[in-house]
Amino acid sequence: MIEVKSLIKSFDGNLILNNISTKFVQGKTNLIIGQSGSGKTVLLKCLLGLHSPDEGEIIFDGVSNKNMDEAQKTLLRREMGMVFQGSALFDSMTVLENVMFPLKMLTKKNDDEILERAKNAINRVELDKAIQKLPSELSGGMQKRVAIARAIVMNPKYLFCDEPNSGLDPKTAIVIDNLIQEITKEYNITTVINSHDMNSVMEIGEKIIFLENGTKNWEGSNKEIFSTKNKSITDFVYSSELLKKVKKFL
Amino acid sequence: MFYLNDIGKYFIMIRMSFFKPCKWKILKNLIFKEINDLIIESIPIVSILSFFIGAVISIQTALNLTSPFLSKSLVGFATRQSIILEFAPTFMSIIMAGKVGSFITSSIGTMRVTEQIDALEVMGINPLNYLVFPKIVALLFYPFVITISMFVGIFGGLLAMTFAGVPSEAFITGIQMDFEPYHIFYSYIKTILFALILATVPSYHGYYMRGGALEVGKASTKSFVWTSIIIIVVNFIITQLLLS
Repeated sequence: MIEVKSLIKSFDGNLILNNISTKFVQGKTNLIIGQSGSGKTVLLKCLLGLHSPDEGEIIFDGVSNKNMDEAQKTLLRREMGMVFQGSALFDSMTVLENVMFPLKMLTKKNDDEILERAKNAINRVELDKAIQKLPSELSGGMQKRVAIARAIVMNPKYLFCDEPNSGLDPKTAIVIDNLIQEITKEYNITTVINSHDMNSVMEIGEKIIFLENGTKNWEGSNKEIFSTKNKSITDFVYSSELLKKVKKFL
Repeated sequence: MFYLNDIGKYFIMIRMSFFKPCKWKILKNLIFKEINDLIIESIPIVSILSFFIGAVISIQTALNLTSPFLSKSLVGFATRQSIILEFAPTFMSIIMAGKVGSFITSSIGTMRVTEQIDALEVMGINPLNYLVFPKIVALLFYPFVITISMFVGIFGGLLAMTFAGVPSEAFITGIQMDFEPYHIFYSYIKTILFALILATVPSYHGYYMRGGALEVGKASTKSFVWTSIIIIVVNFIITQLLLS
């Protein structure tokens, strides 16, 4: 579980995150939603340790980031897996090499063990036929799968995904969402997903945090989001014409 | 104030590239790859440019030695001095700032834009050690490139004079005339410093760039401009210190 307490972050005097407090639950898919510029990515980067909060703390399974030295932070990062918006695969490496990369860099396992674990992760995302392909030879959905395989190959305790289905067609997006949810349950990890995709909210939003202008405006689940009286979240959820029409039938 | 911030960040980047090293097995492969990309693949262009510029230097020197009292061997002497002291170490480094520098900035910059550097950081890997350190080590072999440039340049001059009808013995006598080993020392000191500049200044511009694909191009141009300026300024300082 990850607990965020009174998190404040600003850049050049602009307040981006204002007093955010929440909990990301283990074994569940936790979604951070909100409009572009609401502070979702900054919050995710604070969780990842890519940004240092100005105030507040982040507690990873009882250990506060404030009490960690550099060595502990490095160890914590090795327990994190990240799926980037653009997949962030290494261009010059094949699918297999991309997935093997963290194991080669960070573990003392021998080559056979590394190969076996990487192949298992690739099989888990059903990409065993593309093992020798370069990222440029893969579709957007396949690249996301490789990114997921690379993120889970180290058996992380925490999985972070930044807009995992951006740029994907709705069908592939659902496949990726479901894959992330399955992996979350299977490995019993704390998954935090940054999204503004309503399909993801409906499919896998077991816990949802809604950010507006850097503040937490609403918190709940995908079952509660359609019955809430909160105007900001209602406006956000029903911002598309399709959902406005669906709302009339509800 | 703005430039002071950049200078500080540049030196911190160099320092950080030596910290939290990756596994030697990985680093060794990266170093070999960089030696191939930055050193071996530069040899053809360096050889071609050095050959023709060496030839042009000797032709122009011969053209200006009109007095019958001046020995033809002076052409060899002037060609050798120009190439060893200035052309090979300094101007070849400026050309390399275009070739190697742009390559370094654009490759690191693209990694920044496509979040590959963030991915390294999230994994707990020091991106500066992974990306910059192998380039610094690879460019320690840069004096090898400059040595080739010196030999090929002087050979180009010799060949041009032979075609122009100047006896090759006179040119070779000129090459050997008043040879100062200290000049070679001066030349290699410059080369090593330029190698460090070539590895780190373009890396800095790539690593700290922000934005998208367009900014990668802009960063490459900016990196070439700054690398060239720094090389010229350092050249002046080193020449003042070692030769004046």
